[in-house]
Order: sequence, then C-alpha cells, then structure tokens
Amino acid sequence: MIQIVEYAGVILILLGGIMAVISAFGILRLPDVYTRSHAATKSSTLAVLLSLSGTFIYFWASESFISVRLLLGITFVFLTAPVAGHLITRAAYRSRVKLADSSTEDALEEVLRKAEEKIEDVTEDDNDPEQPPN
Amino acid sequence: MMMFYWIALAIVSTAFAGLLYRLVKGPTVADRVVALDALGISLVSIVALLSLITETEFFLEIILLLSILSFIGTAAFAKFIERGEIFDRDDNR
Repeated sequence: MIQIVEYAGVILILLGGIMAVISAFGILRLPDVYTRSHAATKSSTLAVLLSLSGTFIYFWASESFISVRLLLGITFVFLTAPVAGHLITRAAYRSRVKLADSSTEDALEEVLRKAEEKIEDVTEDDNDPEQPPN
Repeated sequence: MMMFYWIALAIVSTAFAGLLYRLVKGPTVADRVVALDALGISLVSIVALLSLITETEFFLEIILLLSILSFIGTAAFAKFIERGEIFDRDDNR
C-alpha cells in the first residue's frame, strides 16, 4: 500500500519536471514578453505545484510526516505566481515594450493613451497660475 | 525509487538552463524579470527534489522562504520598471 502511494508521488514529480521543461521551452521560443509571461506563469506554477504535491505525498507515505510548511509553500506559490506575472506584464506594457510583429490587434493602446492625455490635462490645469481656482 | 528523483532533478535542471539563457539573452528588462521569476519558481522545485534525495525534511523551510523572496523581488522589479522608483513617498505626489 505504501509502495503504491509512493509511486503516485513519483508520477506527480515526473509530471512536474515535464511541465517545467515545457514552460522553459515556451519561454525560449515565444516571440515577445507577453506571450513569454503566459508560458512563465501558468505552466511554471503547475510544474512547481505538481513537484511539491509529490514531495508532500512522499513524506506522508514513507515517514508519515505531514509537513505544514510544504502545504503553506503550495498555497503561497499558488497565490503569488499569477499575481507576479500580472504585475510584470502590466509594468512592461506601461513602459512601452513593443508587441511581437505577428500580433494583429492591440485593444489597450487607445484606451491607455486617452487616459494618459486626461491625466496630463488635469495636471496642467493645476499648475496654471493664471486661472483662478474654482 | 531514488533513480526517478535523480531523473526528475536532471529534467528540472534542463529547464533551469533554458531559463538562464533567456535571463542572459532577453532583449528587454521585462524579459529578464519574467525569466528571473520563473527561475525562482523552478529553484523551489529543485529544493523539493533535493530534500527527497537526501531524505530530510529540513530543506522544506527553504521552499517557503524562496517563494516569498521571489514574489517580493518580482513585485519590486515591476514597480521599478513602471515608475523608476521602488518606494512611494507622500511628498513626491
């Protein structure tokens, strides 16, 4: 019985390794930051979740040791990796990193430009000394 | 059983090498930060595999620390790329 559970852990760990290779392949081959971050966040998170779950199952089965730190690590990686990917992609877009040449549409550009113009108008009004404050 | 863990460690290390290539080569700063974030995450799974190979549970704290540090580092880098400064001060607004 213990042997079967340990083999389940081994299968999870090997799947995690394969997912890590797939995500690294995506990071190497995809054309720009946004698609690369798609590969880096989703499949890397799945890879590390599978590896940590396999480790948890191994320690549970072989030494009957339930590691709370490992569970906390799984939860924390699952919570923070997508947030970090979103943050870095947002920063890349706002610092005007270009999209790949093969991408066809950029729906955000117009909206963002309008918002920036509005912000600039507001700050100019505030700095204008000739107009009396309302 | 131990052989599978070594195989998994070799596979994850291959992925690690690919990410290192993107970290060195990456055309923009954002590419490098994406690669650095993925490096931190695969380092977590390398530490888990090492703790399986050496059969101790003392490495498991490193997993928690590494994931927290990787997230904080990525958040700080994202803020730095976006605004050019990391800490917001009230008198700057």
